[in-house]
Formats: sequence, C-alpha cells, structure tokens
Amino acid sequence: MSYPADHLEQVWQHVALSRHEQRPYTLDYVQAIFEHFVELHGDRRYGDDGAMVAGLGFLEGQPVAIVGHQKGRSLAERQRRNFGMARPEGYRKALRVMRLAANLGRPIISFIDTPGADCVADAESRGISEAIAVNQQEMFGLPVPIVVVVIGEGGSGGAIGIGVGDRVFMMENSYYSVIAPESCAAILWRDPNLKKEAAVALKLSPEDALALGVIDGIIPEPPGGAHTAPAEAARHVKQTLLTALAELSAVPPDVLVQARYEKFRWMSSPAGMREEWAAVLDNLAKRR
Amino acid sequence: MTEAEAKRMLEIPAELWEECPGCHQLLYGRELERSLRVCSKCGHHFRLSVWQRVNFTVDEGSFEEWDADMPLYDPLSFPEYQEKLEAARTKTGVNEAVLTGAARIGGIATGLGIMDLAFIGGSMGFVVGEKVARLFERCALLHLPVVIFCASGGARMQESLVSLMQMPKTAAAARKLREARCLYVSVLTDPTYGGVTASFAFLGDIILAEPCASMGFAGPRVVEVTKMRMPPEVQTAEFQYQHGMIDMIVPRQQLHETLEVILRWATEHTSEASPHQEGQP
Ligand SMILES: [Zn+2]
Repeated sequence: MSYPADHLEQVWQHVALSRHEQRPYTLDYVQAIFEHFVELHGDRRYGDDGAMVAGLGFLEGQPVAIVGHQKGRSLAERQRRNFGMARPEGYRKALRVMRLAANLGRPIISFIDTPGADCVADAESRGISEAIAVNQQEMFGLPVPIVVVVIGEGGSGGAIGIGVGDRVFMMENSYYSVIAPESCAAILWRDPNLKKEAAVALKLSPEDALALGVIDGIIPEPPGGAHTAPAEAARHVKQTLLTALAELSAVPPDVLVQARYEKFRWMSSPAGMREEWAAVLDNLAKRR
Repeated sequence: MTEAEAKRMLEIPAELWEECPGCHQLLYGRELERSLRVCSKCGHHFRLSVWQRVNFTVDEGSFEEWDADMPLYDPLSFPEYQEKLEAARTKTGVNEAVLTGAARIGGIATGLGIMDLAFIGGSMGFVVGEKVARLFERCALLHLPVVIFCASGGARMQESLVSLMQMPKTAAAARKLREARCLYVSVLTDPTYGGVTASFAFLGDIILAEPCASMGFAGPRVVEVTKMRMPPEVQTAEFQYQHGMIDMIVPRQQLHETLEVILRWATEHTSEASPHQEGQP
C-alpha cells in the first residue's frame, strides 16, 4: 500500500479543512441562505440536543425545513454542541421536524457535519442505534424532496442518520467515510500514523464519493476553503439547493419516494445486478 | 439438510472437550451440542456457526438457501481486501457474512437471515447489505415473515462509503416488508455492533436477544483505539433490555418455541380479518 506523497497530502488537506475550526457550520449557512429561520427544539421525549439543529425557514420565499449537525467554536459552545456528535434525542428531534415538513408538503434540507454520533453510555441508554436506524427508515417514506449537503465531516452512522436524500452533495473540502481515518489506521494497520494512507484508501473525498455514485455533485468552495470567504461558499450552497429543489419539486410525491428507494437500493452496485434482480422478482410475482 | 450443511456438521469436533469461556470448565463436545452449545455449568452461550444456528433453529431439513451465488465485490479496490475476501470464503465455506433463505419454524414458513462472524467478523459490506435487502424484498413479495439472527463487528471498513450505504439500503428494504404487512423479528446474538445495530438489527418489529450478548453502537475496536470510556456492563443485551430497547432476552433452549409462538401469532389466518382487508369497510 503505497500512494504518491502529493496525493496523500491533497486528500489529507480535505480532511484537515473539513475540520477547520473557522469553517462555516450549519447555523452559519442557515443565516446566510434562508430567510426568517425559526429554530425548533426538543424531541418531546427526553430533551433538546445542541449537536443537532432543526427548524423552519424560507429559501427565496419557498417554505422549507432545515436539519443539521451543529458544532461550536468557543470551548463552552463546543461542549454545549457536544462537538457535533448528536445524541438519540437529536436524531429524534430532526425526525420530528422532518415529519412535520412532510405533512405540510415542505421540502427538507439536511446539513451533515459530524465526526460521528455520540456513542457513550448515556447515548446507548437512550438507544442511539435505534434512533439512527429509525431515521433512515422513516426518511424513505417522506413524500417531499430531501436535499442533503455534507458541509464538513461526514462521519459514519452519525451522518447517514440524517443523510437519506433525493440529492446528496458534498462540499469541495468535506469528507464522507464509514470511519475516521485515524481509527481506520489504528484498527486495520495498528498504526494511527498511517491516517493519510487510510484517508486515501477509504476514498473519502468528494471526487471518490461521486465516482462511487454515493453523491450527486460537488459544491465548489473559495480557494483556501469555505472559511476564507464564507459568503461565497454559502452562495454556492444556495445555488445548488435552488437548482435541486427546482428539479425535485416537479416530481410527483409517489415517484419521488420510489426513486429515493431505487437510488439507495442500487447505489454502487455492480453492472447488471439491478436488471438481474428485477427479473428474479418478476418471475416470483408471476408464479404467485 | 443440504450437502454443505451435512458437510459442516461432520466438521464439528463432537468428541473433543471444549473450555467454556464463561466459567473455564471443560465441557464434553457431544453434551455441549445437545444443550445447543450452552454451558451446563454457567449458562454461557457459545457463539454459533451459521449452520449450527440453522440446525438449532429451523425444522429439520426445511432450510433452502437464497442468493448463494453472489460474487465477491471490492468496490473501492481497497489494499489487500480481495485476498481477505477469498481467504474468508475458503475458511468459512459460505459466500459472505450472511446466510439467507427460507425455512420452517414449527411448521411456519419464514424468511431467515443468519450472520456469520467467521466471515471478516460478520461485518456488513455490499454483499451482506444486498442479501439482506433481497431477503426483505423477496419475503415482502411472498408474504413471509422474516427472522434475522444478527452478529456483526459492524461496518466493513474496506468498503467505507459503500458499506455505510448498506445501512439506509437495508433499512429501506425492511420498510418494504412492513408495507407488505409482514412481521420482522430481529434476534441479537453475541456480538452485534456498529452499522448493523444502527440499521436493520434495531428495526425489528420484535427484538429478541440471547443472554449476555454484547452489543452497541461503537464497536469494541473503535472503543479501544479512541480510548473512549465504556463501562463493560453498558454494551450488553441486559443493559439494552433494561433501557427498553429489546423486547425479551431469550435463553437459546427457549428460542425455537418463542419464535414459533410469535410467528404463529403473526401469520395465522383468523376468521375475523385477513391481514389484507384492514381499512376496508
Ligand atoms: Zn460455563
């Protein structure tokens, strides 16, 4: 396993920038992109999770719902936001607001920015696995457009817990992976110093995710990263959202939900497998 | 019993003494088999191979395997992964980390999934997700309930994003089964972690677990390398049960009977209402 040094550095740059402490977070994009944002709180079961924000707003006058992981900048704020590691009540709050949006026919925008979901004993005691599993399953049934943007860290199950969408985008300097590269290197090769090699092997960059068919597009950032010109970064995000929603709003709800199923059902599948399986199911249905 | 099944049965070293990981006593192999590989001294549930699980769970000779011919898949061309897959296939004799098919339990036809720890730690990559999704889709079409025995170290790291995307895929397929008004029973066995817990494992309409099975969102290796504080009692079936995440903890000797009752409850036609007619005047 040897990669060219410049490639290692380039990919690691993505990871470093995705975690940059001046990088715009979900609420920064919300402020820049939406009008009249009203944040909603609590999962109605246990509490309100600072690591997940959810609310209503308008996108160029169009009512939408917004959910997203939230990180903090000052030490106190970071702790309050649990470093962007959402807890079960965060996922349940997001689902509550997404269901509300679906009921009223409002599209949903989801911003992903988490190193991973909270997995300490406290999160286990309230069913972190169940919360993430249920969110994914329920998102497949919401009959409104869902657009997902990975704005920073796309950390594993914590990311996919609000990551099911009709269109999924990554920002140029974000990453999306099943495991943090440091942990991957430590587990697989027993050497955390191989984090850059792991980052390359994991194919966590936007270009790789696009090639794998996991995302639909890459949102450009200003040279040097989104934090160097946040307003410009937000303009790119906004343009992407507007274009995606314009396309998706024309699709009837039942077609939308079916297409979402097919999108994830056959994502990254080997050529021909989808057609083969369709034939098997057809045969089964005829025999019944 | 299939040929492969019979072959695997012969490989069980029934004459040997085995040490119980729970109480460290030596147990006679044949006796251990008779007690469904539960220690007669301390109640420790030994981990099972997929074929042992088939034998202990379904009506004799009723198992019919599905999707046994899935090709190996290395979507990321991850270093050393192809070799690892081939070695796992040779070692286990199964095609991936889950065995799926149809079987009867107490005479009731059901779809069945059994995860195989021996195959790269029972981790979920594309093929595992695909077989599980097909199990749900096929059973939705055939109107069969589904029982899945979960056992997994979590996501298949070597497939990264493709592995991660098996979570929504299996969750969505389980939804198809629900829409077809069929029951899904998830049985959590030792150990069940990570991407599997946060997708189809915790989406069962009914969730059972074997006693003392370890389980949780963060896998043991992740806990280890991130030096996270995790009290040992947290990631257990008992903890999850106590916190309302699991319906029942069922000792292995009672599992067949429990499943039979649940499946009968779900599938038996009554004169009042067939499951298809609900909602009609
Ligand atoms: Zn024992």
